[in-house]
Amino acid sequence: MAVLSLHNVAKRFGNVDAVSGVSVEIPSGEFFSILGPSGCGKTTLLRMIAGFESVTSGTILLDGKDITTVRPEARSIGMVFQNYALFPHMTVFGNIAFGLEAKHVSPDDIRKKVESVLDAVRLREKLNAPVPLLSGGEQQRVAVARALVVEPALLLFDEPLSNLDVTLRLQTREEIRALQRKTGITTVYVTHDQAEAMSLSDRVAVMRAGKFEQVGAPADVYEAPVSPFVAGFVGGGNLIHGSVKEGLLFETNGTSLTLPAGFAGQVQGKAVLAIKPEAITLSAGQAGDALALIEDKEYLGFTTNFVINLSGLRLHVSAISSPETKALRPGERAHMQIDWTRCTLYREA
Amino acid sequence: MRLPRPLAVIPTLFLLLVIAGYVAYPLLVMFQQSLLVEGRLSFANYSNLFDPANRGNMEAVWNSVAVSFLSVLFSGIVGTVLAFGLTQIQFPGRALLSRLAIVPIALPPLVGVIAFLFVFGESGILPRLFQTAIGSSTPPLYLSGFTAIVAIHVYSFYVYYYLFVSTALRQIDASILEAATGLGSTPWNTFRKVIIPELRPALVGASILTFMASMASFTAPLLFAGEKRFITLLIYTTKLNGEMSLAAAQSILLTFVAIGFFVALQVSSGRQVKVGRTKGVPRTGTLPLGRGMRIVFISVISSVLLLVLLPLLTIVLISLAREGSWTVQILPGAYTLENYLRLFTDPRILEPIRNSLVMGFVTLLAVILVGVTGAYLITKGVLRRARTLLDVILTLPYAIPGTVIAVSLILAFNVPTPFSGFQVLVGTFWILPLAYFIRLYPLVVRSTTAALEQLDDALLEAGASCGAGPWRRFRRIVLPLIFPGIVSGALLTAISALGEFVSSILLYTYSSRPISVEILSQLRTFNFGAAAAYCVMLLVLILAIVSVANRVAGQKAPARE
Repeated sequence: MAVLSLHNVAKRFGNVDAVSGVSVEIPSGEFFSILGPSGCGKTTLLRMIAGFESVTSGTILLDGKDITTVRPEARSIGMVFQNYALFPHMTVFGNIAFGLEAKHVSPDDIRKKVESVLDAVRLREKLNAPVPLLSGGEQQRVAVARALVVEPALLLFDEPLSNLDVTLRLQTREEIRALQRKTGITTVYVTHDQAEAMSLSDRVAVMRAGKFEQVGAPADVYEAPVSPFVAGFVGGGNLIHGSVKEGLLFETNGTSLTLPAGFAGQVQGKAVLAIKPEAITLSAGQAGDALALIEDKEYLGFTTNFVINLSGLRLHVSAISSPETKALRPGERAHMQIDWTRCTLYREA
Repeated sequence: MRLPRPLAVIPTLFLLLVIAGYVAYPLLVMFQQSLLVEGRLSFANYSNLFDPANRGNMEAVWNSVAVSFLSVLFSGIVGTVLAFGLTQIQFPGRALLSRLAIVPIALPPLVGVIAFLFVFGESGILPRLFQTAIGSSTPPLYLSGFTAIVAIHVYSFYVYYYLFVSTALRQIDASILEAATGLGSTPWNTFRKVIIPELRPALVGASILTFMASMASFTAPLLFAGEKRFITLLIYTTKLNGEMSLAAAQSILLTFVAIGFFVALQVSSGRQVKVGRTKGVPRTGTLPLGRGMRIVFISVISSVLLLVLLPLLTIVLISLAREGSWTVQILPGAYTLENYLRLFTDPRILEPIRNSLVMGFVTLLAVILVGVTGAYLITKGVLRRARTLLDVILTLPYAIPGTVIAVSLILAFNVPTPFSGFQVLVGTFWILPLAYFIRLYPLVVRSTTAALEQLDDALLEAGASCGAGPWRRFRRIVLPLIFPGIVSGALLTAISALGEFVSSILLYTYSSRPISVEILSQLRTFNFGAAAAYCVMLLVLILAIVSVANRVAGQKAPARE
């Protein structure tokens, strides 16, 4: 088991800073996710950890040993690629045995290890199948098995589930989590899917424009986002640009919201207010804070989403489906209530 | 994943040395020689070329250009029609006909030309048949001159169009055609507005190959030109007259014209924009055709392919003819196996076969070594910026006519040089495989580059993350995946080297004469049977190589869905 530390790791492509000064310490056995939109530098960072990209500046330590310039094959990593990168000319056995052969493991041990890792991913019966004949989900599991079998110090995942359909993705997600818990291998997992990052990780780093914006346990990142970007990206919060006047009045585009006393003294002047979609409750009958026009309604089964318009301010609302939500129709007006404990106020950057 | 720097330096140096020594140096020496008259700098050779009093030179250039354009036009029509018929229409025997359609590409140029001579020439089978039928004293209709040369070119080069266009047609996504039909487009409209634009790159690519091959064509003019002049033929006769510096100037002229058209065609083709394709496995589309069109297509295809087969059958027939039994008759009067028996018993006759096999083998080893190294450096080398330059330098020799390469080698290696191990190469055995190597290694570069470009870099990264070093990654991942690509380039090399004629005729000596030169000398002494038996022998060798290559490539090819 290994501790991974990054110190001010940066990558420059020409004039573009793909990754700028990332530092983090990932303790042994942790499942660490890097979450961010495409182009934020998360894959570049992962590839630097793997050794596929050179590091422009900074150092990467694995168990205290500087591996910044060590060749990838000497780093003791296991990597699962987005397109799986299985060797198409080999069988399942050949793919998984490849890394063991490179380590000159005896043929008997190779067979034992391959069989046991295939048991772990429930593919024992596919031992001699050529990989192009496997389904997407099976290929994914072979890729995981190939990375695990060499007993790496570090397991790296590059958006491994993005090529799977929804049901398979949920199932594989649970399997990856279970395997990681069982083996206890320190894991770095790159994804743009916040649900994936939340459900798998011990800690999540939200990345933006080459930097870690926030690092923390999934619940902390979700409940206390440090910036409007994190609030918007994790949980899809409504971001409202406006300004705080006279203590507790938040003004935006001619509309104003009165903030509760808890926000007093936090920010004055230009500000961004983040309201999570589930922080807003709509009701037809009783009087609420304000009257909003329902512009659109999207029924998703367990939840129902609305788009509402509050004198020109458009907000996304998510509610657990109920007879109440069923009664609300587009074009009608509804009363709106905000749970301010799920809202955050930021100074406009 | 790129090669580590030290691993790339040695092959890069090796490659540059090979190119500098065996391609660039001879061409430069040739250029220098073209500017020398009696040891002094002079433009006399060039002014001679363009001198209005010496119209032969420019006439030869224009004849070659004209023949090339006609060859492009008619090869294009024949190849495209065949490609359409054989991909778009289902009919019994289609698979067999598809195989038959690519036969001419495996035919050594000399064999094709001789077969044409036997069938369509002045004393060929068909003209005599026609003559007898109408009771005339001379054959009223036979192929000669321009017509014959264009016909032979079409016979040999339509395959480029057939292969390129049918590949492009197979890649057209069915949903595009369905979308057009769904929007109310007629088949003709769909063909014009949807299919033709999709075929453009294929047509341009095949046209470039056909044009270059026609400009460089030597064998067909040699046997059919008659009074007409052609630039390759002119270089050959100038060399035979011993006017090497004039031959050098003519070679420079041919090179410039050939490369000029090559560049012009390449530039005018522009770049193609690929739009997103269907997710998953695309289905192949076919154009809905009426019954009448089907019948027209099927009969055209069948008759064209009959014409493909006819020269081959004739060669086999003549190879069985007793010497002297085929003079004025339509078909030979007496048959025998003697021609074949002589092949195996007379050591003088066996010698050229041995020569060709040894030279072919040497060429094969050299092209694989240089071709694979070159392809690897083009796709995975450290010199990312030099990539295009390296690509051009490595494939350029393919655009240089064989006649020119032979002339440049004669001029460069008739004195000892470091590149020839301080020996005079002219007049030795080794200058022939050297010429073959220069002409053919681009085939391996191209086929291997194509295979390497298909290779996903993530596979090499996966190999590295499993702990495999560069050599293991190359041996276990790269090599098995590009192996079919190497084999297909090597196969073309082997076929071409065995039957090579254009450079050989300028470089051989009696003891190093290859099969092709021997075939020509048998033909010149009117031993038609022996010449034909040699041709059949060559075809059998080629067939054997093709089947071995197919087996080898098939075994190593990855299993696919």
